[in-house]
Amino acid sequence: MERLSQERAPILEALNRYKAMRVVPFDVPGHKRGKGNRELVDFLGEKCMTVDVNSMKPLDNLCHPVSVIKEAEELAADAFGARHAFFMVNGTTSAVQSMVMAACKKGEKIIMPRNVHRSAINALILSGAIPVYVNPGVNKDLGISLGMSLRDVEQAISDNPDAKAILVNNPTYYGICSHLKAITELAHRHHMLVLADEAHGTHFYFGDHLPPSAMAAGADMAAVSMHKSGGSLTQSSLLLINHSVSEGYVRQIINLTQTTSGSYLLISSLDISRRNLALRGREIFRKVSEMAEYARKEINHIGGYYAYSRELINGNTIYDFDVTKLSVHTLDIGLAGIEVYDILRDEYDIQIEFGDIGNILAYISIGDRRLDLERLVSALSEIKRCYAKDKTGMLSQEYIKPQVVLPPQEAFYAESEPVPIDDSKGRICSEFVMCYPPGIPVLAPGERITADVLEYIHYARDKGCFLTGTQDTMVNRIRALKEG
Amino acid sequence: MELWFTEKHTENVLFSIKVDKQLYSGQSDFQRIDVFESKEFGRFLTLDGFMMLTEKDEFIYHEMIVHVPMAVYPDAKKVLVIGGGDGGAVRELVRYSTIEQIDLVEIDKQVVDVCKKFLPQTAARLEDPRVSIFYEDGLRFIRSRENEYDLIIVDSTDPFGPGEGLFTREFYGNCFKALTDTGIMVNQHESPFYPVDAVAMQRAHKRVTASFPISRVYQAHIPTYPSGHWLFGFASKKLHPITDFDPEAWEKLKLKTDYYNTKIHIGAFALPTYVRKMLEDVE
Repeated sequence: MERLSQERAPILEALNRYKAMRVVPFDVPGHKRGKGNRELVDFLGEKCMTVDVNSMKPLDNLCHPVSVIKEAEELAADAFGARHAFFMVNGTTSAVQSMVMAACKKGEKIIMPRNVHRSAINALILSGAIPVYVNPGVNKDLGISLGMSLRDVEQAISDNPDAKAILVNNPTYYGICSHLKAITELAHRHHMLVLADEAHGTHFYFGDHLPPSAMAAGADMAAVSMHKSGGSLTQSSLLLINHSVSEGYVRQIINLTQTTSGSYLLISSLDISRRNLALRGREIFRKVSEMAEYARKEINHIGGYYAYSRELINGNTIYDFDVTKLSVHTLDIGLAGIEVYDILRDEYDIQIEFGDIGNILAYISIGDRRLDLERLVSALSEIKRCYAKDKTGMLSQEYIKPQVVLPPQEAFYAESEPVPIDDSKGRICSEFVMCYPPGIPVLAPGERITADVLEYIHYARDKGCFLTGTQDTMVNRIRALKEG
Repeated sequence: MELWFTEKHTENVLFSIKVDKQLYSGQSDFQRIDVFESKEFGRFLTLDGFMMLTEKDEFIYHEMIVHVPMAVYPDAKKVLVIGGGDGGAVRELVRYSTIEQIDLVEIDKQVVDVCKKFLPQTAARLEDPRVSIFYEDGLRFIRSRENEYDLIIVDSTDPFGPGEGLFTREFYGNCFKALTDTGIMVNQHESPFYPVDAVAMQRAHKRVTASFPISRVYQAHIPTYPSGHWLFGFASKKLHPITDFDPEAWEKLKLKTDYYNTKIHIGAFALPTYVRKMLEDVE
């Protein structure tokens, strides 16, 4: 079959054809193009409701695509340089989980940095795979964890020659990339798959001066958050695969957990966004990079803040840097990143992506205007003038090496009991604790609760971080494995 | 043939002026700019379809935004005007021979060019040697200034569109920093009448009050703005708009004005009860 041009959007076209037919719906969804739920129509709009439809022959089926969704997935694969692209509607979380579950069965090992997103460790609970953590480097001044060094990956491979796969963040939330190409070559020499978490890297596929994408680096699978820098609706995502992985098997894995009622709002948003990126992506991300560069320069000009960029590159744990990320170190004005994050929202009506102990991250995208950047920079300048404090006593974020005692799945399902957090030192945790965002676990199931971890949790909470993951919504108690 | 300019004052209220002819229409990098000629109001300028000024009633706005602070602080030497590319505020300022420097920061050069060509009534004095024009984002310009200006006049458009950065707390805070110890900031403060404008007015007041120790509001009647009832903000580090106001000193300057006078200066700060309540709610 001849491949379609990137100008096409098969799902959008099919939905428009379907609307024009004015079909009488005696199928789900029960709101019947909105007629049964006027309040929702008033809120979301008629156009939106008329395409909230069910799978059917003219619109294909996400679980088993044979027509327009298949064509749209092929176009996406072409646009991203992959052998196949799966449209995902359960978030990039489900794409990461599907990658891990497709690569590893119960008891098989996967090498990964500890600063992965919770979705990766969740996948280990679901699949029973065993993590081999590589210590990501840490930049002590900034307090951020970095990429994996090639030497540490080599060591992990030689210690665990039976591992099935390596998971790499490309990039991290802060924009830091490992040497993905070298890691991929190394892994392939040892017959391991390379899985890339590209939740923050969609634009790598359409940038001229950006780090290489996973598919370009030869990785085997990649989870790509189209809804972040790609512009599609929240929860829509892509899973890309290369030649070494079976399309049919990966689809079966996806269908284990993905809904059978895939939303056409999400699916069509992937199709339309793919077309936009394929046709205009390079221009878009050139502008985004320029905006981020401009903001960085202005923020660094204020003084006290450090908006970092490619000067961090060290050829190893920071092999490359994504210049579209506007990450700013705040500790030198005596404020934790999370404090600046809260002040920006509460006092200046500016919502940024996240604040952690020492940094904030503002997400710059094609939706931004220059005048909004001026607001952000001016607000930061005002926060320094009005709120700056002495910086002594500020905790920098250290990498806390996890003491993994049990595999995540075993710990998660083991007999456990709630323990007051201050009495939990030395126990083995059976659940997650993390600050959200960024959603990187401080503790994962199966890890020992150490004094360092507890100190970190207390400090993060004092500064206003939103702690999540535990059954106790107040995070006063933590579930630990029963002893004896 | 009848040709009308219509602006929606709310979703349910229209304001129309019969147009004799359209003199200019253009799209800048920031907004759509139009100039019309009318029998009733003379020439008028609209940005993105919103009325900015008419030749007939612009004197009210420009006199009130300039003479109120200048009468409180006649020693002001260095003045910054943000927005106001039509030149109306500058025209009133250059009448004070004691002012040494006027910086005008306007984001949209095309507005200035169009006004120079079609609205000489307001723009003619932009050529005064004391005036420097900076085509820049106001928020960006003010960020790097410290202890520099005696008076800042914020002559902005509405808080939706290119002017929205000029209604923010970060902007007012940066203005505070840019003013000298006795400095004053006066700003276009929207209207208390229709709910959408009133919310913008309250937000602006709340943010100004957060940055300045003295923050008062005064009013004027401007027929072509929504509801005709318009407010200005008077924010200051030291000088109070009434107790530090010396009517005789201003009278001695012998400036001829059509709306402003020393009685209306004091009267303008007397606000209707519902407006006072709206302001107190956010103070």
